[in-house]
Amino acid sequence: MTRLLQRLLGRLPIGWLQLTHNRTRFAAALVGVAFANVLVFVQLGIMNSMGTATLRPYEFFSADVMISATDANALNDGGNVARQWLLQAMADPDVTDGAGLFIGNVPWDRGDADISLTTFGVDPARPGFIAPEIAGEISLLEVQDAVLVDRLARGLTREEAAAIRPQSPIAFETQGRTLTAYSTFSGGGGFGGDGYMIVSDQTFLSLFPARRSTAPDHILLRLRPGADVAATVLRLRELISDPALRIRSYADAAQEELTYQQTKRPTGIIFGFGVLIGVLVGLVIVYQVLSTDVADHLREYATFKAMGYGQRFFMGIVLEEALILGIIGFLPGFAVGATILTLMAKVTTLPLAITPSMAVTVFVGTVVFSVLSGIIATRRLAAADPADLF
Amino acid sequence: MDTEPVVEIEGLNHWFGEGSARKQALFDIDLILERGSFTVLMGPSGSGKTTLLTLIGCLRSVQNGTLRLLGQNLNGADEALLTAMRRKLGFIFQAHNLHESLTSRQNVMIGAKVHSGVADSMADSAAKHVLGLVGLADRVDYLPANLSGGQKQRVAVARALVGNPELLLADEPTAALDKDSASEVIDLLKRIGASRGMTTLLVTHDSRILDRADRILTLEDGRIVADKP
Repeated sequence: MTRLLQRLLGRLPIGWLQLTHNRTRFAAALVGVAFANVLVFVQLGIMNSMGTATLRPYEFFSADVMISATDANALNDGGNVARQWLLQAMADPDVTDGAGLFIGNVPWDRGDADISLTTFGVDPARPGFIAPEIAGEISLLEVQDAVLVDRLARGLTREEAAAIRPQSPIAFETQGRTLTAYSTFSGGGGFGGDGYMIVSDQTFLSLFPARRSTAPDHILLRLRPGADVAATVLRLRELISDPALRIRSYADAAQEELTYQQTKRPTGIIFGFGVLIGVLVGLVIVYQVLSTDVADHLREYATFKAMGYGQRFFMGIVLEEALILGIIGFLPGFAVGATILTLMAKVTTLPLAITPSMAVTVFVGTVVFSVLSGIIATRRLAAADPADLF
Repeated sequence: MDTEPVVEIEGLNHWFGEGSARKQALFDIDLILERGSFTVLMGPSGSGKTTLLTLIGCLRSVQNGTLRLLGQNLNGADEALLTAMRRKLGFIFQAHNLHESLTSRQNVMIGAKVHSGVADSMADSAAKHVLGLVGLADRVDYLPANLSGGQKQRVAVARALVGNPELLLADEPTAALDKDSASEVIDLLKRIGASRGMTTLLVTHDSRILDRADRILTLEDGRIVADKP
């Protein structure tokens, strides 16, 4: 390693030799950096999974434009929308079809635990609004009280889910009705519910008698192929003058909810702070290691200064140490972080994992915060006055 | 051979502190050190020996008077010039100040590599050669922790000499050594200095060294009070 670094640096790897001279301290420093990495990985993993879980229900449907109430910051949030606006929207030449989307939470008593399924009520006669991987099963919902259930829902074993087929449906009671699951789709647990369920709008209204067919939660619109979505949205905003409505492209609605969940909701802010704390912990650990190291070698640095070495040489040594700590400390941090996220994913069914982009981001971040710590630590080098050696 | 004096000092004064706390450490020093000479600087604590040594060693800026080092006037010299001049000097300190995580060879290589353009292989050979000269050929890959006090000081001597300095400044290099080790180090400095035409200015309280000096300067209260050959 020393020879490799000597070749890379074109000089003696003094930083490496200095760090590895005291192996116990070096190991402790690496554990510190790895710990900071684990903190960041876990927090980022949760934040990332929140993003994935937030966007997941949008993937169940296929639409170009979504009309919602102004207070609908999330798919299952906000007031209802009058169906009359669907008819009004159809007046636009680029709008080819429209459908109401109903959303509510349905409890399912699983014996040992109650789970809550975010339930979507859709018109089974309009499969065009359903994502292709689910659309093939949507006709099953034409039967009253038929449901498609999320096979990744918490509390539902994989074996149980695999057994749900049109030939072998399972029935369960909820909200005073008996629902029958004829098939499954891939959803996954989120932060707001344990999984998802799709029913017909008629079944939905049976489950929620207080709801009216004339007031869905959102209106989904499809445009003719090649239509300019942004231009259509602007026209619809002119056409539908109700200030209590938000008219957005479907993609924008998903993106806005993601931003809302990450920056406005307490969970997103808490996880964001978790990442920040991890970065700060890493900065402090690396700074502490480096500044102690500089302080311990002040006489040697002063000797080098007396010999004619300049500030760049010393910065080179400290930054070499910072990079070594950052790079080597990242590896155990990655391994432990990935293990923790895998275990958490099994327990929570949240989509928790280290993505390649997350790994690259954390690695680059680790190197950057290590270098930053190194730059701060080099300020202590000013105290190395060679005149004091005499 | 260059016959110009290595050090020429005229009317050198130096102060520390500001305002009412300002205190003069050196008074009107005149001094010439000829090439190849071995000079001992003596004096009680606080007499200004260290101040004079650090001024000649480009570790402080000249405030008043003239100091020419290796033909270069240091009056008004900036940090870059002082740093460049220091590369032409060799320093030996009372404490060896070896880098604990570097072997003898690596510590000495640092002394060679201060000169830009010196390849690692060249610095490595030079370090081994000089360590051989100071009698540590069999200790090149030892860490300082595994060397005796005398051996460490000899590594420090090798580090100072490997850059082939024109002027060697040594501050109490034998203070921490026993009689035999001290004698070895002084013999070494004299022998190598004579063979290379290196000038040596050595601050010491060690009376054992005095009979080996070409010249003995005594400083008291910031003034040279005796200059004996």
